[in-house]
Amino acid sequence: MSGIEIEGLNVWFGDYEERVDAVKNAKLSVPKGGSFGLVGESGSGKSTILRAIMGLAPTWSGKIEILDKPVENPRGRDFYRAVQMVFQDPYASLHPRHSVDQVLSETLSLHGFKDIDTRISKLLDDVGLGPSFRFRYPHQLSGGQRQRVAIARALAPEPQILLLDEPTSALDVSVQAEILNLLTDLRAEHKLTYLMVSHDLAVVGHICHDIAVMQLGEIVETLGVEDMRAMRTQHSYTKHLLESSLQSAAG
Amino acid sequence: MSKLLEVENLWVKFPTRNGVFDAVRGVSFSLGQERLGIVGESGSGKSMTGRAILRLIRPPGIVEADKMELEGVDLLGRSEKEMRKVRGQQISMIMQDPKFSLNPVMRVGAQIMEAYRLHYKVSKKEAKRKTIAMLEAVAIRDPERVYRMYPHEVSGGMGQRIMIAMMLIPDPKIMIADEPTSALDVSVQMQVLEIMDKLVKDRGMGLIFISHDLNLVSSFCDRVLIMYAGRVVETLPADKLHEAEHPYTRGLLNSLPRLDEPKERLDVLKRDPAWATEESVSG
Repeated sequence: MSGIEIEGLNVWFGDYEERVDAVKNAKLSVPKGGSFGLVGESGSGKSTILRAIMGLAPTWSGKIEILDKPVENPRGRDFYRAVQMVFQDPYASLHPRHSVDQVLSETLSLHGFKDIDTRISKLLDDVGLGPSFRFRYPHQLSGGQRQRVAIARALAPEPQILLLDEPTSALDVSVQAEILNLLTDLRAEHKLTYLMVSHDLAVVGHICHDIAVMQLGEIVETLGVEDMRAMRTQHSYTKHLLESSLQSAAG
Repeated sequence: MSKLLEVENLWVKFPTRNGVFDAVRGVSFSLGQERLGIVGESGSGKSMTGRAILRLIRPPGIVEADKMELEGVDLLGRSEKEMRKVRGQQISMIMQDPKFSLNPVMRVGAQIMEAYRLHYKVSKKEAKRKTIAMLEAVAIRDPERVYRMYPHEVSGGMGQRIMIAMMLIPDPKIMIADEPTSALDVSVQMQVLEIMDKLVKDRGMGLIFISHDLNLVSSFCDRVLIMYAGRVVETLPADKLHEAEHPYTRGLLNSLPRLDEPKERLDVLKRDPAWATEESVSG
């Protein structure tokens, strides 16, 4: 069974002379339970693919299939029950005047859950936050704690697929390690499918099994993580990215 | 090596309702014509150290030091008016995000020119010539066009290069760069660093490079101070960073995922309360 199947995806913004093609003829497939990474510099269209899947990019064409079913337009509640997204900046993606409890209970009641109280405690527990965090506001949390709340919110409808848009780039390296470990654990525990976007090859290499490299809106290469580690690449741009990332790691 | 800047026992304090909060606690270091990196997590006091040198901490914040001297001249006792002469002309600072540091309603060229004419009495024509030359020096193609642009019309990488141009045009002796590349792409990052490096080297300036990125600092700087909870816990030559001994530095290094050494789980930093109370190391 396939988790995410994308073929011939085009996303554009604006019309006529102002038309910008953000994603051109993208093709990728993530098996159910797999983890797939998209890398590339900003403006290469990697986040746009995630937004197109979520229905946040209005103008697109091509085929998007989630769990072997083509997506509807607009996306229905069933879709959002199956697919959830974690955004890049936990400082911006949480409502400043909603407490953690409000954030989670809103999502849960929208999806028609009845046992909201026990579910919130379970969710907070899942992402490694104790019950004492339940009635805090975002400004009372550190960056890493906020990202944990954002992940808890994404997990609330019990999705099968998580889209992760640079989930650690706004965090310190020590906190990044905690969040990456959390993501690894959650995937094993809930049998989740990940589609992750990052500019950091080391992060993607840690989480993902397959990686697609994007440049100027096109997927220039798709390769397995072992090939990436062994520098077995076809495309010169991938090589360039890998070299600069290995160089900075070696110091 | 002549000392450009000497700081001894620097404290930055903020009085709060729950007592005084010490953001920087007894930091000492000196800077010559070199690239000094300050690394630490957010909240470790690295940016506050940079700001304290320029006396940019606003009341009720308090800056205290036994000694803070720029080429042997005291900085702490100066009046606000005298400090304004120091800022920009002698010590300049590049902030993190060009989007928030450039004036959005002023053309790029006019902003850079203003920085120059504030410190040097020259004609507009001469200032413009100098500005264009400076834009060229930070590798901006077509500087005449960029000169007339507004900040929202330029990309992040270009915006940061404009900031660098603006900070370098008064020819300061020391540049403080506070996370100058963390808002930028990896590929643009290297380019901006190279430009900064070249200009700093050519002019014989001292550079204080504040960053949370260990790898970046170790490849870019000569010397590194590692800060934790307002203290310097370790100081090292940058190329020896990977031989660091302090458990905090080791923990930070180990928590990075690595392409060449995959592992199932990353090591998580275990914080020792003693790190926060140890004596600060001077560097």
